[in-house]
Amino acid sequence: MHGRPRKAPKPEDEAAATAKAQKLRALQTQFFSFHHSKIYTKDAVELSAKLLEINPESYTAWNYRKLAVEHYLSQPDCNPDSVKSVLNDELGVVESALRQNFKSYGAWHHRKWVLSKGHSSIDHELRLLDKFQKADSRNFHAWNYRRFVSELMNRSEKDELKYTEDMIYTNFSNYSAWHNRSVLLSALLEKKAEGFLSKENVLPEEYEFIHQAIFTDPDDQSGWFYHLWLLDQTVTIDYPLLVSTWPAHGSDVFLVGDRCQIGSSSPFTTLFSDSGSFPIVLYFNQPVEGVSSSTVSIECGFNKSKDLLWEPLSVSNSQTAQVWVAHLKFPTSELDSSVEVSVGHTKEIVSRRGFQYNHPSTFSFKVHVQPVERDSSQVSVAENILWREENFNVYGEQAEESIPIVSFDRLCIKNGHESAASNWRIEALAKEIECFRELLLLMDCKIGKLTLARLLTAYDAMLFPFANKLVHSEEVLELYNDLMKLDPTHHRYYKDEYSSVLLQKMTSSKESLLQHCFRYKDSVSSAIGNTICLRLNNLSLSRTRALEKLLWVQMLDLSHNELQSIEGLEAMQLLSCLNLGNNKLRSLTALEPLRKLKSLRVLDISYNQIGDHSIDTTRYLCCSPLSHSVGRELNKDETVINDVTLNYWEAFYVFRDLNLYQLDIVGNTIADEKFKPVLVKIMPTLKRLDGELLD
Amino acid sequence: MDDIPPYPPIDPTTFDLIVIGTGLPESIIAAAASTASKSVLHLDPNPFYGSHFCSIPLADLPSFLSTHSTSPSPPYQQSSDESNEFSVLGLSTRPLYSSIDITRFSPDLLDKNSRKFNLDVAGPRVFFCADKSIELILNTGANQYMEFKSIDATFVGDNKGNFSSVPDSRAAIFKDKSLGLTEKNQLMRFFKLVKGHLAGEQDVKISDEDLQSPFVDFLNKMGLPPKIKSFILYAIAMADYDQEDTGVCRDLLKTKDGIDQLALYNASIGRFQNASGALLYPIYGQGELSQAFCRRAAVKGCIYVLRMSVTALLVDKDSGCYMGIRLASGQDIFSQKLIIDPTFKVTLPSGSSPPLPLPLQGKLPFFSQKDDRGKIARGICLTRTSLKTDMSNFLVVYPPRSLFPEQVTSIRLLQIASNLAVCPPGMFVLYISALCDDEDQGKKLIHAVMTTVLTVPRINSESNAAAQNETAGSSSTGTSDPGEGKPTLLWSALYSQELTLGQVDFICSTPMPDGKLNYDDLVDAADKLFKEIYPEDEFFPQTSSKNPEDDDDGDGSPET
Repeated sequence: MHGRPRKAPKPEDEAAATAKAQKLRALQTQFFSFHHSKIYTKDAVELSAKLLEINPESYTAWNYRKLAVEHYLSQPDCNPDSVKSVLNDELGVVESALRQNFKSYGAWHHRKWVLSKGHSSIDHELRLLDKFQKADSRNFHAWNYRRFVSELMNRSEKDELKYTEDMIYTNFSNYSAWHNRSVLLSALLEKKAEGFLSKENVLPEEYEFIHQAIFTDPDDQSGWFYHLWLLDQTVTIDYPLLVSTWPAHGSDVFLVGDRCQIGSSSPFTTLFSDSGSFPIVLYFNQPVEGVSSSTVSIECGFNKSKDLLWEPLSVSNSQTAQVWVAHLKFPTSELDSSVEVSVGHTKEIVSRRGFQYNHPSTFSFKVHVQPVERDSSQVSVAENILWREENFNVYGEQAEESIPIVSFDRLCIKNGHESAASNWRIEALAKEIECFRELLLLMDCKIGKLTLARLLTAYDAMLFPFANKLVHSEEVLELYNDLMKLDPTHHRYYKDEYSSVLLQKMTSSKESLLQHCFRYKDSVSSAIGNTICLRLNNLSLSRTRALEKLLWVQMLDLSHNELQSIEGLEAMQLLSCLNLGNNKLRSLTALEPLRKLKSLRVLDISYNQIGDHSIDTTRYLCCSPLSHSVGRELNKDETVINDVTLNYWEAFYVFRDLNLYQLDIVGNTIADEKFKPVLVKIMPTLKRLDGELLD
Repeated sequence: MDDIPPYPPIDPTTFDLIVIGTGLPESIIAAAASTASKSVLHLDPNPFYGSHFCSIPLADLPSFLSTHSTSPSPPYQQSSDESNEFSVLGLSTRPLYSSIDITRFSPDLLDKNSRKFNLDVAGPRVFFCADKSIELILNTGANQYMEFKSIDATFVGDNKGNFSSVPDSRAAIFKDKSLGLTEKNQLMRFFKLVKGHLAGEQDVKISDEDLQSPFVDFLNKMGLPPKIKSFILYAIAMADYDQEDTGVCRDLLKTKDGIDQLALYNASIGRFQNASGALLYPIYGQGELSQAFCRRAAVKGCIYVLRMSVTALLVDKDSGCYMGIRLASGQDIFSQKLIIDPTFKVTLPSGSSPPLPLPLQGKLPFFSQKDDRGKIARGICLTRTSLKTDMSNFLVVYPPRSLFPEQVTSIRLLQIASNLAVCPPGMFVLYISALCDDEDQGKKLIHAVMTTVLTVPRINSESNAAAQNETAGSSSTGTSDPGEGKPTLLWSALYSQELTLGQVDFICSTPMPDGKLNYDDLVDAADKLFKEIYPEDEFFPQTSSKNPEDDDDGDGSPET
């Protein structure tokens, strides 16, 4: 069934095909005339059977038969026996169609439809399936139907699991069998069936099983897929957890109305705010829904409002997101107050897979408010942020004492409560690592290297709360470097993974992070006040991931990388200056995460490839004027900037909600003379475009 | 053979070819010659087909073995009234079997069922699904007369009675629980290398230098661990002698041949839909095979006369050339060519009555000479339980040194159950064989396997004292305590067989059953012999273009 070369048709075959087509056309014409005049006589129904026997792909004919059956069932003179015989006739037609093409969607669907009428015996179905699965053990239609039948007859998952095992023993290159195994195991684990109480008991055996396949034939993909699933089962913590927050627990937040440095407060925690509110950011380990004022309660002295609005920070418009933000208003008068945030004391925070957040946690911080003394816009307008090397000073050791140690350590939440339960996970990963090191000793194998890299990354992440460092990051980076050379076809994937590990490594410790922290010019006169600039430039990053420890960053330099997407950046709610210059961003839609950054004032996207391609091809989903969500938002402003929406809807969509003072866009295809006025029109707040002061 | 009914004289009296003995090579040649439109007379002194390749009832086995273990039958009485045209040379048989040791531990049970046994005299022997013999059977249509069943599995045995299954395919390697992960990887990679080499892939070519080197060296070079090497050498390539001891090894396998063996094994797996493993065995025993070719020959006009002994050769007085034979019935039959099995020998006329034709004098010593190619020790054992609880038909290989340090050849054991119609229901036949230099060594090899896998009951001293002495003397049987869970031996026959090759001389002779596991060498020998005597003719010309794959070893084919 698989791997058979296609033969060129011989002349006599072609003649036969022509004859067949002629016959088929005649049949079809007659069939349609019956169908259109709703004739369901015996002859008419038989004609459709004949048609389907030749061409099982005729969906209309299948639907016609369904109508014919319904028609028959609605007759007053039909009795249970005749119903049964009519349905059996249908099964017969399906069977002969499947003999013609056992991968006919229409035929399998029709069979399901007939069976779900509930009048036919199911026992025959498994026998039929055995025949089909013997003929082609990888026929996924048969496997799908098998799941349907076994559910219908309440066949136990354990029996089915045994069946997958038998099929795998016959030939382990069977994606369908491995897949069904993962489906069945998930179901058994969820039910906590006997012998399947916990992953801890089930997964080691499965690992043992899949090793046999992987070691026997590392070139076979099917086993690797299953291994990836097992790895996911091992690494993924089902329950949502809070990974980090801003403000961090125990921190002091200095809220200033103007941008002058205030005393010796920590740059990690001082925030300029001209809107009279500051964000509270919750960063979970996976996308969750249900974060609201009823699931997150805030105790503070200055804001008694109960209905704080929590907003999901997700690019798509779904109500599920990994990062959530709420804006807490603070009074304009001088204030020192503590805030306590409690997350998850009611059970409504739920992961995408339906697991509840069940580790209620509380964090508190102190807020110090300095009242606004001047009109903030006066100061900021004049300031031109230049991302030149000479404008940055190493935020070196002389300044280190000014950073409260605690502030870094508390950027991330330690989830001690999970550690005891995770021992088996760590053990399982350690065992896998050993196993794949062994495989790589035997042979050079790309997927083996990739798996080892994944394993080491997961292992480091799991051990991080205990080891406080990523022990294997150097090795992982080396592996990805190797893979990029070995397997150029998947270079971009490896690059993304590489970037992610590199970012994790840099943010994993205070020492490594400080190497990338700089102070912008002489900060006293600076418009950005006390802010440290985190410079992650020239690292050939292609993705922005692992941002959970960077929630405090207000000035970020990501220039001279290879970014094609900035997904995830929306989590950095405090960002006010961002440099994305000299990257590989190809469209304005790739900038969509910026829409969520309400504090962003200075943006550099110069020297990218924006305009080369109208949509962000690195993502599957993109917004377009046709998509429902965008359209709705546009409608409101339609009358305002009609001409803009027509030609520059992406620009309008991305920039409309931003309050930028300064934008650098030079060096992109899109940035021609026609475009600049559009930008000015979209962003009335803009004061400086490509270094030029606007009126 | 006293009750031979009188035969009508054979007519015609002149043939292109006379074949004496219905062993496999003789039957193949008879069929090939008949197919090539030769007139053929095929004779056998026995009342059954197969000669030394026969499958016979239990009760007949002892007499068959002993008939061929004693010295010549009474020499032909030369009569004085010979015609002047030819000399008559008496023909007798020489012993083929020696050191026969038949022991019964359960008398009554076996007597009742004696006729239900079809015991192979030259066992163990099987087919590889893709070997030349199967090809020949399919090509000649001999498969119409027989049915096959698959041998379930191949194992490697050790001296503790354990069997390790031979991971002979991708699925088997995956499933095997005794192999470590590294071993699985190494073995599969080796298989892939061989497969790639055979498919002619450039990047996986095995160098000529490697191909000419000993296979065992190549396996070492590939870094395969001893266990896997042993699997490949002895259970897949079926090497007979210890490949790692050049001192004792008489058939050092070259990489090229080893790879061909692997290819054969690989091609055998999955060739027929109904056959799960690589090996096949004919229902009713291997005697069916000779019979199938005889039937095939008969269809093409070959004349068969069983129970007919040949007493003498007729040779031209002047030239010493072969002319014909004299039957036990007294009739003289003439032919151009003669093929006999090599157990026959010409008895030199005692005295000087008719002087031997000169040209023949020089040849006779050679013709009656016994070649020294060693022997093969064979054993047949009967049990009532299978050696493996979940399986009935399987092969076990004991590689050299696996049972005791001095074991230089591999020993093969084939268990066949009643579903192959070789024994009554509920019983199992074990065929064991090993190459050896002499009877004692052979007996030791067979005994070593028997004591490893079977419980050998204490022999009733009255019944067979002689046998007991021999048993006790040649092996360390001792007293096997029952209750070890090993099957109990009911009956056993141990014997040694001479190994003789066929010869092409003024008379051609076919080879005797060899020490191989399959029939390919015998088929080759028959092919070669046929080409010697009929260089003009084709050995079974390809008749139709039918696809052999369609001729499954299925259930539908007619059975004799």
